[in-house]
Amino acid sequence: MTQGSAPAAAETRRKVHMQLLVNGEAQEVAFLPHKTLLEVLREDMQLTGTKHGCELGECGTCTVLMDGEPMLSCLVLGIECDGVEIETVEGMATGAGPHPLQTWFADLGAAQCGYCTPGFLMTAKSILERDPNPSREDLVEELSGNLCRCTGYLKIYEAIEAAAKDMREGSQ
Amino acid sequence: MMRLPPFRYHAPDTAGEVAHVLANEGPEAMIVAGGTDLYPNMKRRHQMPSTLVSLRRVTDLAGIEWGSDGGVRIGAGQTLRALERDPGVEGALPALWTAVHQISTPVLRNMGTIGGNICLDTRCNYYNQNYEWRRAINFCMKCEGDVCWVAPSSPRCWAVNSSDTVPVLIALGARVTLVSDRGVRELPIAELFVDDGIEYLAKQKDEVLTSIEIPAQGEARSVYRKVRRRGAFDFPVAAVAVRLAFDGDRVESADIVLNAVGSTPVVCTDAAERLVGEVVTEDLAAEVAQVAWKPAKPLDNTDLTHMWRKKMVRVNVKRALLELAPGT
Ligand SMILES: Cc1cc2nc3c(=O)[nH]c(=O)nc-3n(C[C@H](O)[C@H](O)[C@H](O)COP(=O)(O)OP(=O)(O)OC[C@H]3O[C@@H](n4cnc5c(N)ncnc54)[C@H](O)[C@@H]3O)c2cc1C
Ligand code: SF4
Ligand code: FES
Ligand code: FES
Repeated sequence: MTQGSAPAAAETRRKVHMQLLVNGEAQEVAFLPHKTLLEVLREDMQLTGTKHGCELGECGTCTVLMDGEPMLSCLVLGIECDGVEIETVEGMATGAGPHPLQTWFADLGAAQCGYCTPGFLMTAKSILERDPNPSREDLVEELSGNLCRCTGYLKIYEAIEAAAKDMREGSQ
Repeated sequence: MMRLPPFRYHAPDTAGEVAHVLANEGPEAMIVAGGTDLYPNMKRRHQMPSTLVSLRRVTDLAGIEWGSDGGVRIGAGQTLRALERDPGVEGALPALWTAVHQISTPVLRNMGTIGGNICLDTRCNYYNQNYEWRRAINFCMKCEGDVCWVAPSSPRCWAVNSSDTVPVLIALGARVTLVSDRGVRELPIAELFVDDGIEYLAKQKDEVLTSIEIPAQGEARSVYRKVRRRGAFDFPVAAVAVRLAFDGDRVESADIVLNAVGSTPVVCTDAAERLVGEVVTEDLAAEVAQVAWKPAKPLDNTDLTHMWRKKMVRVNVKRALLELAPGT
């Protein structure tokens, strides 16, 4: 066990000021240095689309993209995100309408209570960016870090496959 | 919200500077790599470093470098995901690839590093709980308490070494490099572990693990078998790594390593010796598995029952041997 002597309050309670690059926009933010990215997004930037669940890496609802890769914002410090491109669910819809993944999640009942949905959407987006036509097996594996208590997962896989098909056809 | 406790934070650029900060800050400073083990532990208040030294900006802990002889040097800061996606690892070191691929979940593997996996804190059902839960049982010896709830008359802690890569790296004969302000040392990875749930590493607090070197495997074959409840997320509760080199159809050398059945990985020397010079048959595999099963002493402090975990060691050693035997 490491039970450190508490560092001097003044030193650790001073907010850091830094620029975070969220959904393509550089923003100045001030936050306490021991805050996680999840806390900074929700509490200091009012981006509450990213949800907090277990806060221990066990559920995936806090998933955001960091330089295109899904990461758990509950296990990253805000200060560790200097120079990192962060994408959250708020940045998914571009232009007039929702992202095809969002449309299909809504249409096929892949979001029921919806609490896990932001995390699934971000992971799904990164999967489709790497592979526009993933197999069901790949989807199951790649999404295994995102838990859902409502849908039984099938509807989620189907929604991602339907969105992938739309996106492939749209880009032809 | 389960929040992190406050800490001082440093993010140096080189491993040498990390060592320097650790030396200056003293034993209450800790390294953080991916944070996937340390941050949950800090949120639950079992680990409360006064200073964090982050490896995030460090550039000289990266890389997977293959030597011309087929050996490989892996930087300790390499993510598990990078190892999993490396075709060389999948092709030449399938047991390591399997172990990495079975750690936690894809999103956690994007964050967690191999160095962090090797130095992973030991685990126990009475320890990996939040502060209020642990206070309700008056804590335990590993953190803030006096008694071990798994073995109350025992003077020591029996928390479990639950790393997936460690047994494989031992079986493959890996060596690790540790850097501190006092100098550099290199040792076989097996010597990094100590049979104690609290002081589970022979690494000093001011030492940085910088790289892992795996010698060329030649024609040797290896396999990793992990027991856990679910197909994702779960830590091993009984793990077996086996490496066999053959001369024709006879075993030339053997390594059998268990993990997650005690505070330290178990190197089954007697069982391995029994294989040398022999042809692996169903009967021999069963006999060797019986010998390897003896030193496995799981206690009732992980998921699933400890007697079943012990049985599964025997089952998995046998299966691993038959899987590696030529012609199978
Ligand atoms: C839900 C969940 C499931 C998990 N499942 C598994 C599993 O199945 N199998 C498994 O093995 N692990 C599992 N883990 C644990 C963890 O994610 C991995 O072991 C990971 O590889 C740890 O690496 P890290 O870089 O995140 O470590 P960190 O949390 O950054 O560090 C872990 C420890 O290692 C020390 N450390 C890190 N790097 C160095 C270095 N270079 N030199 C010296 N010390 C260092 C730190 O000080 C700390 O004590 C799981 C974690 C979670 C949250
Ligand atoms: S083995 Fe005993 S002392 Fe160690 S963490 Fe578990 S209950 Fe605590
Ligand atoms: S809130 Fe981050 S994984 Fe559950
Ligand atoms: S829709 Fe409710 S948890 Fe997934």
